Amino acid sequence: MFLVLAFLVTESWPALSELGAARFFGDPSWHPAEGKYKFTPMLAATGYCTLGALLLAVPGGIAAALFSRYYAPAFLAGLFRRLIELMAGIPSVVYGLWGLTALVPLIGRLAPPGASLLAGMVILALMILPTIALTADAAFAAVPQAYLHGAAALGLSRWGMISGVVVPAARPGIAGGILLAAARAMGETMAVLMVCGNVAQYPRSVFDPVRTLTANIALEMAYALDSHRAALFVSGLALMVLVLVMVGAAELGAHGREHA
Amino acid sequence: MPEVFMRLRTPSARRVGNRLAALVVWTAAALVTGLFLWLLQDLALGGITRLSSTFLTAPPLDAGRGGGIGPIIVSTALILIVAGAASVPLGLGTAVLLAEFTRRESGFAGFVRLSLDILAGVPSIVFGLFGNAFFSIYLGLGFSILSGGLTLACMVLPILIRTAEEGLRSAPDDYRLAAAALGLSRSAALIYLLLPSAMPALIAGWMLGTGRAAAETAALIFTSGYVDRMPGSLFDSGRALSVHIYDLTMNVAGGDANARSSALVLVLLLLLINGSAMSLAKRWRNARILAA
Repeated sequence: MFLVLAFLVTESWPALSELGAARFFGDPSWHPAEGKYKFTPMLAATGYCTLGALLLAVPGGIAAALFSRYYAPAFLAGLFRRLIELMAGIPSVVYGLWGLTALVPLIGRLAPPGASLLAGMVILALMILPTIALTADAAFAAVPQAYLHGAAALGLSRWGMISGVVVPAARPGIAGGILLAAARAMGETMAVLMVCGNVAQYPRSVFDPVRTLTANIALEMAYALDSHRAALFVSGLALMVLVLVMVGAAELGAHGREHA
Repeated sequence: MPEVFMRLRTPSARRVGNRLAALVVWTAAALVTGLFLWLLQDLALGGITRLSSTFLTAPPLDAGRGGGIGPIIVSTALILIVAGAASVPLGLGTAVLLAEFTRRESGFAGFVRLSLDILAGVPSIVFGLFGNAFFSIYLGLGFSILSGGLTLACMVLPILIRTAEEGLRSAPDDYRLAAAALGLSRSAALIYLLLPSAMPALIAGWMLGTGRAAAETAALIFTSGYVDRMPGSLFDSGRALSVHIYDLTMNVAGGDANARSSALVLVLLLLLINGSAMSLAKRWRNARILAA
């Protein structure tokens, strides 16, 4: 772990010291060949993709967990959970392949070119939905039976029980799952690389192609030299710091729950 | 807030709300199922057409548009073996240290555990950067199966250590007491009692790690490289299955059909690995319940 961090820092140090951190935000654009290293558009793209994916996947994932725990008949619930587990195990490059061959043409018909922020959001949402569903499901399962019996004894309807008792009780677990999913979405490379179109710009609409930080590293690492290479390590460092913060937050939440 | 809301509503309104919620949940579940089935069906139908024993053994032709994936499977297997060979001893050692030789609450163990959690959350592309800087360039391994496998080893360590630690902790304390009463040394108790009893968990953890490693692409592009020939040694560059899929879809026009077949092979492989890991873990859990 420290080795990883140490190497990221040493490799990105030349860029940070020579160029100064300000240039990553202040330069007019990302044109490494001309010595311009502005990566905020890509930071924004990463942020938008993650946010959009969460917006889509959080309600879906929680609904999926509710379905398998409280609504579905037993055999259907088992099957459904199997399917979700299966989807959680599918590699990101396969999601990317599917996104590129099925989703991108579909969006392209709506608003060309198809490879866009929207495609990235949808694919990421599909990828993190199983994570959210499985963690939410586990959180629901951990709600004490006595609460449910109490709610039933009070004559609450099923939705009354869920919205008034189950969800509040399971909230910390659900929040932890969402944070983990967000970290995964942010760090995801292959799927977004394949469907987002990879143009380093601020998107003006969800149909514009974008390039995320991770995709940028994957695309340019192959030929990057000197300060360009160091700049890529800086973006890796930035990603790692972001993820550290999120995992740290999830960890703190979990600890708070243990001590409470 | 919700309590106030509920008190204000009439019983019939509440009943409608209840129905509505049920409807929404069912629709969402149906939507999710539909999407995933669509994806799976696309994958299966698209992949099955080219799948054959020759596809699995033949070398790729014409940049992967034709031919098979023989050398790529060999490279993938070699990378996974290197990753396993590097991460299993290290992971097992750390797990033994955490479970047997430190107290759960001690500062050191907590620190190791926290850094493992963080390591588990690090994006794979960052591992790729690290592997490229450390293994490929600093250690001079270049683009090779060895550096790819070692990078993956770093990536799967957290999973491995976590499951191995849980497995060791779940060995009953009676074993340790009985071993001490018999005058066994701690290492003897570890080798003859605790490790065997934790074996299913260890294997399950190793398989989960292998599954994650096999699914990985981003970490491999800059460490094990792109070359799709049959690897001659561990120091050769070798293309993993997932990298092959990526390359076929993104960089090779007309490679889609083979990409789908490769994706199907990869998914089936992962299903096999994850499925056996799950069933092992489950059997192990049942055995523990029966024993208790």
